[in-house]
Amino acid sequence: MIQFLSRRIIYSIVVLLLASIVAFVGTRIAFDPTARLAQVRDKQVRERERERLGLDKPVAVQYAKWVGNFARGDMGTSEVTRQPVSTMLASGLGYTMQLMLWAVILSIIAAIAIGVYSAVRQYSAGDYIFTTISFIGISIPPFWFAFIAIQFFVFQLMAWLNLSQPIFYFVGLHSTGGSGFNIDYLQHLFLPVLVLTVQNIAGWSRYQRASMLDTLNSDYIRTARAKGVPRRQVIMRHALRNALIPVVTVMALDIGLLFGGLVITEQIFSIPGMGRIFVQAITNGDAAVLTSWTVVAAFFVLLFNLIADLAYGWLDPRVRVA
Amino acid sequence: MSTDSREGAQPLEGLGLVGGSPSMPIGAELGIGALDGPKPRSQWQLFRSRFLKHRLAVFSLVLLILLIFACFAANLVAPFPANQQDLAVGAVGPNAHHWLGTDELGRDMLSEILYAGRTSLRIGLTVAFLSTLLGTVVGAISGYFGKWADQGLMRLTDLFLVIPQLVVLAIAIQGFGSTQVVIALSLAALFWMGEARVVRGQVLALREREFVEAARSIGASPMRVVFRHIIPNCLGPILVGATLGVAGAILTESALSYLGFGVQLPATSWGNLLSSARGYVGTPQAYLIYFPGLMILITVLAVNFLGDGLRDALDPYGSNG
Repeated sequence: MIQFLSRRIIYSIVVLLLASIVAFVGTRIAFDPTARLAQVRDKQVRERERERLGLDKPVAVQYAKWVGNFARGDMGTSEVTRQPVSTMLASGLGYTMQLMLWAVILSIIAAIAIGVYSAVRQYSAGDYIFTTISFIGISIPPFWFAFIAIQFFVFQLMAWLNLSQPIFYFVGLHSTGGSGFNIDYLQHLFLPVLVLTVQNIAGWSRYQRASMLDTLNSDYIRTARAKGVPRRQVIMRHALRNALIPVVTVMALDIGLLFGGLVITEQIFSIPGMGRIFVQAITNGDAAVLTSWTVVAAFFVLLFNLIADLAYGWLDPRVRVA
Repeated sequence: MSTDSREGAQPLEGLGLVGGSPSMPIGAELGIGALDGPKPRSQWQLFRSRFLKHRLAVFSLVLLILLIFACFAANLVAPFPANQQDLAVGAVGPNAHHWLGTDELGRDMLSEILYAGRTSLRIGLTVAFLSTLLGTVVGAISGYFGKWADQGLMRLTDLFLVIPQLVVLAIAIQGFGSTQVVIALSLAALFWMGEARVVRGQVLALREREFVEAARSIGASPMRVVFRHIIPNCLGPILVGATLGVAGAILTESALSYLGFGVQLPATSWGNLLSSARGYVGTPQAYLIYFPGLMILITVLAVNFLGDGLRDALDPYGSNG
């Protein structure tokens, strides 16, 4: 296990380094931090700025310097906001982690519940309804769903119930000046979390259903039933635990990818997290932020890939030996 | 045994996708067809009867064909010319004259949606074609040649999977300009990884089969073995992957439009129609948001159902339906 784990970690570090090279070179090609000086009459100004930023050196040298600083926690300074990139990303991560945490908890519970129900009651009316909903959930454009959800849960609900204040809000995570875990927080949290979870609930519940069906049709389940184990116990203890193994892997992989989905959600709901930072950086051509942002995002994907591998080994002892 | 390997060699020949010798019922040359028993059916017949049983997939296929026709023949089908404004009308909800209502400049939404559909569908289909081609080639080389080619290409695939797609797209489009060609090419460059993994898995399994050994033993070049003997046998998963590509590309283009990196005005796509209507959430003109999104939803849903139907119909272990 330890050998397996260390090999995976080394491999992840190599991929992360490669990803950082791609991110670094990509942003250097796409963005020129001195572009805003192109109109300055004195050519020397731009030359001096390039020298100050070290852009006159070969890309390999620039990268080596950047990666060295990055490893020591120094992500450089944004040319646009004049703030250290690490401070910006840290404050963004705080918001993003809140969203991710709630979205992940909610979608895991909902997906497993729906998947188990659909498998146990295969071909029932409920199964068909959940199947249809999950197909729609996979096919719906996330930001359109966000618009529809805002339209319905904020405006229509107000109109129907004759309220002067909406029940759910769609700007930020707190009303102005508010903080902490309270009703106001939940009122703000509901819509962005809903938007973030739809695709995962839809996708994961399908996996859970398929994997549960496989398990329920296996011999040991029939044996357990024949021995007289109560149905409920067969489903919850014998079948579900085994059926979860492949699903957990898929979940871990998808959680890493949630980082991309956050970009749209945070933009719509004006939450100043990582996604918002990314959109601002790209509109402002903030190369320093973009490079580090991409590496942080890649780090999370790799981290959850690693967790998926570990979870697999932990849940299924047969894998550990190999 | 001999029928077995023949089946393995060219099962999809009858699909008309492979070309080559005219389709012949399996075992016909052995005279099996003349024996008593159920009438032998070609792969194409099997596929067709299985696919037709999948009602939802057939319905989706018809819907998609109609949709593609309506969009690309928009000059003939659409009730109003593209971009025709009527400022006196302004924004009115759906009515008998304008089925889906009009926007703030009095443009007919139904016509606008049909014209915009051209861009969305064109991007979806182009991306699916290019990414499928790229994924198939990478997967086939990786699976067939193994060793360092496999190592290198799969590490490359991992690398592409690790960086969030939206990031690469936004950077590429910001850097190279948001023309439709750049959008389609960058989407294609990011959608091939799933296909490559699937094809690699298939090729790994197929290259050990007898018919591949037979082809190699009579001196077929690696290229010929891969593209004439192995790839035709993975057409099922490849086609299913292509449908997923269409769906993914249309969805991602709309997300890019929302962020402002998608198709730029005056060209329209469903994504940027939706994006330019975003200010109407919570106003009486909310219908301007409903319809473009609904078109994306319907198209992607139909493509996904079609993919599901194809997967079932092409599954060699499925029922004989």
